[in-house]
Amino acid sequence: MNLSEFLHMGGYAFYVWTSYAIALLILLVNIVMPLRQRRKVLTDIARAARRARRET
Amino acid sequence: MFNNFFHKLASPKYFYRISGALIPWLAGASLLLFLAGLYYGLVEAPTDYQQGDSYRIMFIHVPAAWMSLFIYMVMAGAGAIGLVWRIKLAEVIAISSAPIGASFTFLALVTGSIWGKPMWGTWWVWDARLTSELILLFLYLGVIALHGAIEDRRTAARAVAILALVGVINIPIIHYSVEWWNTLHQGPTVTKFDKPSIHISMLIPLLLMALAFKLYYAFVVLMRARVEVLERERSAGWVRELVETK
Repeated sequence: MNLSEFLHMGGYAFYVWTSYAIALLILLVNIVMPLRQRRKVLTDIARAARRARRET
Repeated sequence: MFNNFFHKLASPKYFYRISGALIPWLAGASLLLFLAGLYYGLVEAPTDYQQGDSYRIMFIHVPAAWMSLFIYMVMAGAGAIGLVWRIKLAEVIAISSAPIGASFTFLALVTGSIWGKPMWGTWWVWDARLTSELILLFLYLGVIALHGAIEDRRTAARAVAILALVGVINIPIIHYSVEWWNTLHQGPTVTKFDKPSIHISMLIPLLLMALAFKLYYAFVVLMRARVEVLERERSAGWVRELVETK
Protein backbone atom coordinates (compact mmCIF):
# COMPACT_ATOMS: atom_id res chain seq x y z
CA MET A 1 0.00 0.00 0.00
CA ASN A 2 1.42 3.39 -0.97
CA LEU A 3 0.80 6.74 0.67
CA SER A 4 -1.75 8.18 -1.75
CA GLU A 5 -3.74 4.96 -1.54
CA PHE A 6 -3.60 5.24 2.24
CA LEU A 7 -4.79 8.86 2.17
CA HIS A 8 -7.53 7.96 -0.29
CA MET A 9 -9.12 5.53 2.23
CA GLY A 10 -10.90 3.59 -0.51
CA GLY A 11 -12.88 6.67 -1.50
CA TYR A 12 -13.94 7.53 2.05
CA ALA A 13 -11.07 9.97 2.67
CA PHE A 14 -13.36 12.91 3.46
CA TYR A 15 -15.38 10.99 6.05
CA VAL A 16 -12.48 9.16 7.69
CA TRP A 17 -10.07 12.08 7.91
CA THR A 18 -12.73 14.57 9.02
CA SER A 19 -13.60 12.23 11.89
CA TYR A 20 -9.97 11.82 12.94
CA ALA A 21 -9.31 15.57 12.64
CA ILE A 22 -12.28 16.43 14.86
CA ALA A 23 -11.14 13.81 17.38
CA LEU A 24 -7.64 15.29 17.46
CA LEU A 25 -9.04 18.78 17.92
CA ILE A 26 -11.24 17.70 20.83
CA LEU A 27 -8.37 15.83 22.50
CA LEU A 28 -6.15 18.92 22.24
CA VAL A 29 -8.82 21.33 23.50
CA ASN A 30 -9.31 19.16 26.60
CA ILE A 31 -5.60 19.53 27.38
CA VAL A 32 -5.25 23.24 26.58
CA MET A 33 -8.32 24.38 28.52
CA PRO A 34 -7.18 23.25 32.00
CA LEU A 35 -3.65 24.56 31.30
CA ARG A 36 -5.00 28.04 30.55
CA GLN A 37 -7.43 27.88 33.44
CA ARG A 38 -4.60 26.90 35.77
CA ARG A 39 -2.46 29.86 34.74
CA LYS A 40 -5.40 32.19 35.24
CA VAL A 41 -6.17 30.82 38.72
CA LEU A 42 -2.53 31.02 39.82
CA THR A 43 -2.17 34.66 38.71
CA ASP A 44 -5.50 35.47 40.39
CA ILE A 45 -4.33 33.99 43.68
CA ALA A 46 -0.95 35.73 43.45
CA ARG A 47 -2.60 39.08 42.75
CA ALA A 48 -4.96 38.64 45.70
CA ALA A 49 -2.02 37.77 47.96
CA ARG A 50 -0.09 40.87 46.87
CA ARG A 51 -3.12 43.05 47.51
CA ALA A 52 -3.59 41.53 50.96
CA ARG A 53 0.07 42.22 51.81
CA ARG A 54 -0.21 45.85 50.74
CA GLU A 55 -3.25 46.39 52.88
CA THR A 56 -1.67 45.09 56.08
CA MET B 1 -3.29 1.81 57.26
CA PHE B 2 -5.44 1.78 54.11
CA ASN B 3 -7.95 4.01 55.78
CA ASN B 4 -5.21 6.42 56.59
CA PHE B 5 -3.97 6.36 53.00
CA PHE B 6 -7.40 7.22 51.59
CA HIS B 7 -7.88 9.98 54.11
CA LYS B 8 -4.60 11.50 53.06
CA LEU B 9 -5.39 11.06 49.38
CA ALA B 10 -8.74 12.76 49.82
CA SER B 11 -7.08 15.77 51.41
CA PRO B 12 -6.65 18.45 48.73
CA LYS B 13 -2.98 19.01 49.42
CA TYR B 14 -1.97 15.35 48.98
CA PHE B 15 -4.26 14.94 46.03
CA TYR B 16 -2.62 17.92 44.37
CA ARG B 17 0.84 16.46 44.87
CA ILE B 18 0.08 12.86 43.93
CA SER B 19 -1.97 13.76 40.87
CA GLY B 20 0.81 16.09 39.74
CA ALA B 21 3.26 13.19 39.80
CA LEU B 22 0.80 10.84 38.08
CA ILE B 23 -0.24 13.01 35.13
CA PRO B 24 2.93 12.73 33.00
CA TRP B 25 2.88 8.91 33.26
CA LEU B 26 -0.79 8.66 32.34
CA ALA B 27 -0.30 11.11 29.49
CA GLY B 28 2.71 9.18 28.17
CA ALA B 29 0.96 5.81 28.37
CA SER B 30 -2.11 7.25 26.69
CA LEU B 31 -0.02 8.71 23.86
CA LEU B 32 1.73 5.37 23.24
CA LEU B 33 -1.61 3.55 23.14
CA PHE B 34 -3.04 6.13 20.75
CA LEU B 35 -0.08 5.69 18.41
CA ALA B 36 -0.35 1.90 18.53
CA GLY B 37 -4.12 2.06 18.06
CA LEU B 38 -3.77 4.42 15.09
CA TYR B 39 -1.15 2.22 13.48
CA TYR B 40 -3.13 -1.00 13.83
CA GLY B 41 -6.42 0.72 13.07
CA LEU B 42 -5.45 2.75 10.01
CA VAL B 43 -2.58 0.70 8.54
CA GLU B 44 -2.70 -2.92 9.68
CA ALA B 45 -6.42 -3.62 9.94
CA PRO B 46 -7.88 -4.88 6.64
CA THR B 47 -10.59 -3.10 4.67
CA ASP B 48 -14.09 -4.19 5.68
CA TYR B 49 -15.84 -6.32 3.06
CA GLN B 50 -19.13 -4.44 3.47
CA GLN B 51 -18.21 -0.92 4.55
CA GLY B 52 -14.87 -0.46 2.82
CA ASP B 53 -12.51 1.86 4.66
CA SER B 54 -15.30 3.98 6.12
CA TYR B 55 -15.52 1.55 9.03
CA ARG B 56 -12.21 2.95 10.35
CA ILE B 57 -14.27 5.77 11.86
CA MET B 58 -15.27 3.08 14.36
CA PHE B 59 -11.88 3.33 16.09
CA ILE B 60 -12.84 6.86 17.18
CA HIS B 61 -16.60 6.57 17.32
CA VAL B 62 -16.95 3.48 19.52
CA PRO B 63 -14.36 4.42 22.20
CA ALA B 64 -15.81 7.95 22.33
CA ALA B 65 -19.31 6.53 22.81
CA TRP B 66 -18.10 4.08 25.48
CA MET B 67 -16.35 6.93 27.29
CA SER B 68 -19.45 9.12 27.11
CA LEU B 69 -21.26 6.46 29.19
CA PHE B 70 -18.30 5.60 31.43
CA ILE B 71 -17.57 9.22 32.32
CA TYR B 72 -21.23 9.80 33.08
CA MET B 73 -21.16 6.92 35.55
CA VAL B 74 -17.97 8.27 37.14
CA MET B 75 -19.56 11.70 37.40
CA ALA B 76 -22.80 10.39 38.94
CA GLY B 77 -20.88 7.99 41.23
CA ALA B 78 -18.49 10.68 42.46
CA GLY B 79 -21.45 13.03 42.85
CA ALA B 80 -23.24 10.47 45.02
CA ILE B 81 -20.14 9.95 47.17
CA GLY B 82 -19.86 13.70 47.61
CA LEU B 83 -23.53 13.90 48.49
CA VAL B 84 -23.47 11.10 51.08
CA TRP B 85 -20.04 11.44 52.69
CA ARG B 86 -19.36 15.10 51.94
CA ILE B 87 -15.97 14.30 50.47
CA LYS B 88 -14.79 17.43 48.70
CA LEU B 89 -12.52 15.56 46.34
CA ALA B 90 -15.48 13.51 45.04
CA GLU B 91 -17.31 16.75 44.27
CA VAL B 92 -14.25 17.99 42.44
CA ILE B 93 -13.96 14.82 40.34
CA ALA B 94 -17.67 14.94 39.51
CA ILE B 95 -17.67 18.49 38.20
CA SER B 96 -14.30 18.10 36.46
CA SER B 97 -15.67 15.12 34.53
CA ALA B 98 -18.62 17.00 33.03
CA PRO B 99 -16.90 18.99 30.26
CA ILE B 100 -14.75 16.00 29.25
CA GLY B 101 -17.79 13.73 29.12
CA ALA B 102 -19.65 16.34 27.10
CA SER B 103 -16.80 16.56 24.60
CA PHE B 104 -16.69 12.76 24.16
CA THR B 105 -20.46 12.62 23.71
CA PHE B 106 -20.18 15.35 21.09
CA LEU B 107 -17.37 13.41 19.39
CA ALA B 108 -19.44 10.20 19.37
CA LEU B 109 -22.42 12.03 17.85
CA VAL B 110 -20.39 13.86 15.21
CA THR B 111 -18.33 10.85 14.11
CA GLY B 112 -21.51 8.77 14.08
CA SER B 113 -23.10 11.35 11.84
CA ILE B 114 -20.08 11.42 9.51
CA TRP B 115 -20.11 7.63 9.40
CA GLY B 116 -23.88 7.53 8.88
CA LYS B 117 -23.80 9.71 5.78
CA PRO B 118 -21.96 7.25 3.48
CA MET B 119 -23.40 4.09 5.13
CA TRP B 120 -27.04 4.98 5.82
CA GLY B 121 -27.37 7.83 3.35
CA THR B 122 -28.27 10.35 6.05
CA TRP B 123 -26.44 12.45 8.62
CA TRP B 124 -29.10 11.97 11.28
CA VAL B 125 -32.20 9.95 12.14
CA TRP B 126 -34.39 10.41 15.19
CA ASP B 127 -34.04 6.82 16.33
CA ALA B 128 -33.62 5.59 19.89
CA ARG B 129 -29.81 5.26 19.97
CA LEU B 130 -29.06 8.63 18.45
CA THR B 131 -31.75 10.48 20.38
CA SER B 132 -30.80 9.02 23.76
CA GLU B 133 -27.12 9.86 23.11
CA LEU B 134 -28.16 13.42 22.24
CA ILE B 135 -30.07 13.57 25.55
CA LEU B 136 -26.84 12.50 27.25
CA LEU B 137 -25.10 15.52 25.73
CA PHE B 138 -27.87 17.77 27.07
CA LEU B 139 -27.50 16.17 30.52
CA TYR B 140 -23.79 16.99 30.53
CA LEU B 141 -24.48 20.55 29.37
CA GLY B 142 -27.18 20.85 32.04
CA VAL B 143 -24.70 19.78 34.71
CA ILE B 144 -22.16 22.37 33.51
CA ALA B 145 -24.75 25.14 33.33
CA LEU B 146 -26.22 24.30 36.74
CA HIS B 147 -22.76 24.31 38.32
CA GLY B 148 -21.99 27.67 36.75
CA ALA B 149 -25.28 29.17 37.91
CA ILE B 150 -24.79 28.55 41.64
CA GLU B 151 -22.27 30.77 43.36
CA ASP B 152 -21.50 28.62 46.40
CA ARG B 153 -19.32 25.73 45.27
CA ARG B 154 -20.60 23.17 47.75
CA THR B 155 -24.25 23.94 47.08
CA ALA B 156 -23.46 23.77 43.36
CA ALA B 157 -21.80 20.37 43.82
CA ARG B 158 -24.87 18.98 45.60
CA ALA B 159 -27.28 20.29 42.98
CA VAL B 160 -25.10 18.88 40.21
CA ALA B 161 -24.88 15.47 41.91
CA ILE B 162 -28.67 15.22 42.13
CA LEU B 163 -29.13 16.17 38.48
CA ALA B 164 -26.44 13.66 37.44
CA LEU B 165 -28.05 10.89 39.50
CA VAL B 166 -31.48 11.49 38.00
CA GLY B 167 -29.90 11.35 34.54
CA VAL B 168 -28.44 7.88 35.20
CA ILE B 169 -31.78 6.48 34.00
CA ASN B 170 -30.65 7.40 30.47
CA ILE B 171 -27.56 5.17 30.58
CA PRO B 172 -29.26 1.74 30.28
CA ILE B 173 -31.63 3.28 27.73
CA ILE B 174 -28.67 4.22 25.53
CA HIS B 175 -27.04 0.83 26.00
CA TYR B 176 -30.10 -1.29 25.24
CA SER B 177 -31.69 1.08 22.73
CA VAL B 178 -30.40 -0.96 19.78
CA GLU B 179 -32.08 -4.07 21.20
CA TRP B 180 -35.34 -2.55 22.46
CA TRP B 181 -36.19 -0.55 19.36
CA ASN B 182 -35.78 -1.00 15.66
CA THR B 183 -32.99 1.21 14.50
CA LEU B 184 -30.56 1.93 11.72
CA HIS B 185 -27.77 1.70 14.28
CA GLN B 186 -26.06 -1.67 14.30
CA GLY B 187 -26.26 -3.89 17.35
CA PRO B 188 -23.39 -4.53 19.74
CA THR B 189 -20.49 -6.52 18.30
CA VAL B 190 -18.08 -6.42 21.23
CA THR B 191 -20.02 -6.12 24.48
CA LYS B 192 -22.25 -9.13 24.11
CA PHE B 193 -21.96 -12.26 26.12
CA ASP B 194 -21.04 -14.82 23.47
CA LYS B 195 -18.03 -14.37 21.25
CA PRO B 196 -17.57 -10.87 19.83
CA SER B 197 -18.58 -10.81 16.16
CA ILE B 198 -15.69 -8.61 15.15
CA HIS B 199 -12.50 -9.96 13.66
CA ILE B 200 -9.42 -9.95 15.88
CA SER B 201 -7.53 -7.68 13.46
CA MET B 202 -10.17 -5.00 14.04
CA LEU B 203 -10.80 -5.82 17.69
CA ILE B 204 -7.17 -5.19 18.72
CA PRO B 205 -6.98 -1.57 17.46
CA LEU B 206 -10.46 -0.95 18.88
CA LEU B 207 -9.37 -2.08 22.34
CA LEU B 208 -6.08 -0.16 22.08
CA MET B 209 -7.99 3.01 21.24
CA ALA B 210 -10.51 2.36 24.01
CA LEU B 211 -7.71 1.99 26.55
CA ALA B 212 -5.97 5.10 25.18
CA PHE B 213 -9.18 7.11 25.60
CA LYS B 214 -9.57 5.81 29.14
CA LEU B 215 -6.05 6.85 30.18
CA TYR B 216 -6.53 10.13 28.37
CA TYR B 217 -9.65 10.78 30.43
CA ALA B 218 -7.74 9.87 33.59
CA PHE B 219 -5.06 12.47 33.00
CA VAL B 220 -7.26 15.29 31.73
CA VAL B 221 -9.73 14.84 34.58
CA LEU B 222 -6.82 15.08 37.02
CA MET B 223 -5.61 18.26 35.27
CA ARG B 224 -9.05 19.82 35.64
CA ALA B 225 -9.47 18.57 39.20
CA ARG B 226 -6.15 20.16 40.22
CA VAL B 227 -7.28 23.56 38.95
CA GLU B 228 -10.61 23.16 40.75
CA VAL B 229 -8.76 22.23 43.97
CA LEU B 230 -6.54 25.32 43.66
CA GLU B 231 -9.58 27.55 43.28
CA ARG B 232 -11.41 25.97 46.21
CA GLU B 233 -8.36 26.03 48.49
CA ARG B 234 -7.08 29.43 47.44
CA SER B 235 -6.91 30.68 51.03
CA ALA B 236 -5.16 27.55 52.36
CA GLY B 237 -1.54 27.85 53.48
CA TRP B 238 -0.13 25.32 51.02
CA VAL B 239 -1.70 27.08 48.03
CA ARG B 240 -0.17 30.39 49.08
CA GLU B 241 3.23 28.76 49.46
CA LEU B 242 2.82 27.22 46.03
CA VAL B 243 1.99 30.56 44.46
CA GLU B 244 4.83 32.36 46.21
CA THR B 245 7.50 29.86 45.22
CA LYS B 246 6.47 30.14 41.61
